Amino acid sequence: MVRQGQEPKKIKSLAKHEAVWGWVLVSPWIIGFVVFTLGPMIASFLLSFTKYDLATIKFVGAENYRRILTEDPLFWKSLTNTALYVLITVPLGVAGSLLIALLLNQPVRGQRLFRTLFYLPSLVPAVASALLWQWVFNADNGILNQALAWFGLPNIEWLQDERYTLSAFVLMSLWGIGGQRMVIFLAGLQGIPESYYEAATLDGAGSLAKFRHITIPSLSPVILFNVVLGLIGAFQIFTSAYIMTAGGPNNASLFYSLYLFRNAFEYFKLGKASALAWILFAILLVFTLIQFRLSKKWVHYEGSTDRGGSGA
Amino acid sequence: MKNTLGRVFVYVILGFGATLFSIPFLWTISTALKSAKEYAQDPGRLIPLNPDFSNFAKAWTALPFPTFVWNTILITIVCTVAQVITGSLVAYGFSRFRFKGRDWVFMAMLSTMMLPGQVTQIPVFLIWRELRAIDTFSPLIIPAFFGGGAFNIFLLRQFFLTIPRELDEAAMLDGASYLSIWWRVLLPLSGPAIASVALFSFLGHWDSFEGPLIYLNSPEKYTVSIGLRMFQDTFGTNFEQVMAASLVHILPTVLLFFFAQRYFLKGISLSGLGGR
Repeated sequence: MVRQGQEPKKIKSLAKHEAVWGWVLVSPWIIGFVVFTLGPMIASFLLSFTKYDLATIKFVGAENYRRILTEDPLFWKSLTNTALYVLITVPLGVAGSLLIALLLNQPVRGQRLFRTLFYLPSLVPAVASALLWQWVFNADNGILNQALAWFGLPNIEWLQDERYTLSAFVLMSLWGIGGQRMVIFLAGLQGIPESYYEAATLDGAGSLAKFRHITIPSLSPVILFNVVLGLIGAFQIFTSAYIMTAGGPNNASLFYSLYLFRNAFEYFKLGKASALAWILFAILLVFTLIQFRLSKKWVHYEGSTDRGGSGA
Repeated sequence: MKNTLGRVFVYVILGFGATLFSIPFLWTISTALKSAKEYAQDPGRLIPLNPDFSNFAKAWTALPFPTFVWNTILITIVCTVAQVITGSLVAYGFSRFRFKGRDWVFMAMLSTMMLPGQVTQIPVFLIWRELRAIDTFSPLIIPAFFGGGAFNIFLLRQFFLTIPRELDEAAMLDGASYLSIWWRVLLPLSGPAIASVALFSFLGHWDSFEGPLIYLNSPEKYTVSIGLRMFQDTFGTNFEQVMAASLVHILPTVLLFFFAQRYFLKGISLSGLGGR
């Protein structure tokens, strides 16, 4: 129908036809975004200024925020727990998955087997993984304590002694470093042109120099991606804590998302929970912006590979 | 000489790491195969003296596990198919069509990856509550029909960009419509990307805990992850049974990975996620 017009008109209407189709095709995402993201974001922001328990709603101004920040020791406890967890697991996790990717990128025999073995833990569903680790950490007969006993070390009540609980969650998180993050590193490594390394070899560069001056700079956008998303992910740790310790002992594993979940879906303090969500969002936003700012100093993008907007 | 040493070093580290990573798995399997008596006597033994499969049967019948599995399969499959189809349509729009505001919308989409789910969780819950959809599968299934999230769409779009446009144009000259180009040209050439998206989507829904925890109340609607949680509550100290039940949850993801892994790394690297 559209194609039947006159010549110049035809080109114009073809372009219009294309634009209409473009909007139609991306519309599922746009509708989903408005209904499940943008609208709820606005609603959640408004709710954070109310007292709402599913029955009555009352506007309270910034009272939720004031109380959370000044009168709520559990907020600070959960924030400290989570911040510690994030600050330890994200650098360790990113470095660890980079190390595995580097090793797997070597021409080793059985590469696929190794890749699979490292990837498998990340395939374990969160609940199963929590149950599995609950058993690994079991004080009486878990394998971790059995291994410690082997070396003549004393038993540790990993999940019952609040001095060790956070370490237990850190250990558990390391089990997943061979997952998606490692695969993304591996893909990045395989994208670095061999010629860079050959040229460096001709210049007499050693392995360490190549790593510092070729691998790291070429990989820097991927590192940034993994750090940013790793941080956002780690900040939302929930299932393992919910299942393994329910936040205990003595709130030693009360993570932010768990505290938020309780306020929202156990106590039904929906206004307060919304305020907690926005505080979380603000923290993540600040962290992310800091990282992007810092990244200008160390992340290198290749000049000509901007695929951002070129659909033509 | 130095090279040989380096390679030995690589193998030693890889071997050590792989062993360490496998240990929790191996003991999970071993524990699941022990009778309660044997477990009580020697919980650390790797190879059970008398492998006993009855834990699986017990786990399977102690709670309505078949129902949980069926519910989870239903949700997971519907969501995976929905995400692949709508996600690839959206990615097709982003990769092949010129329209004003496209790049802006695309950036907005990417930025949603940084949004913590908690910010939208409560109002979304209120919407479903308003629609009387609590304790149904709708809140878990319907959102999958809107493209399946930024990461999936991004991955598919990057992959589509690597497919030469000449193929679309040739099909168009033959009179193919936009939709048939998507169906007959792009999808058949995007095996690796689709496999990756389908795998992520499957794992995401099979795995999902917080959503079912919020939305499902009656046991006959539970998914495996909620069922496992219930199992833990009931049989928490019988580790051999809990491990058997967990294996039921783990097995499908591992099997699927083995089938999909040929395509999987390719899908990610060709999509240009490698930062190039």
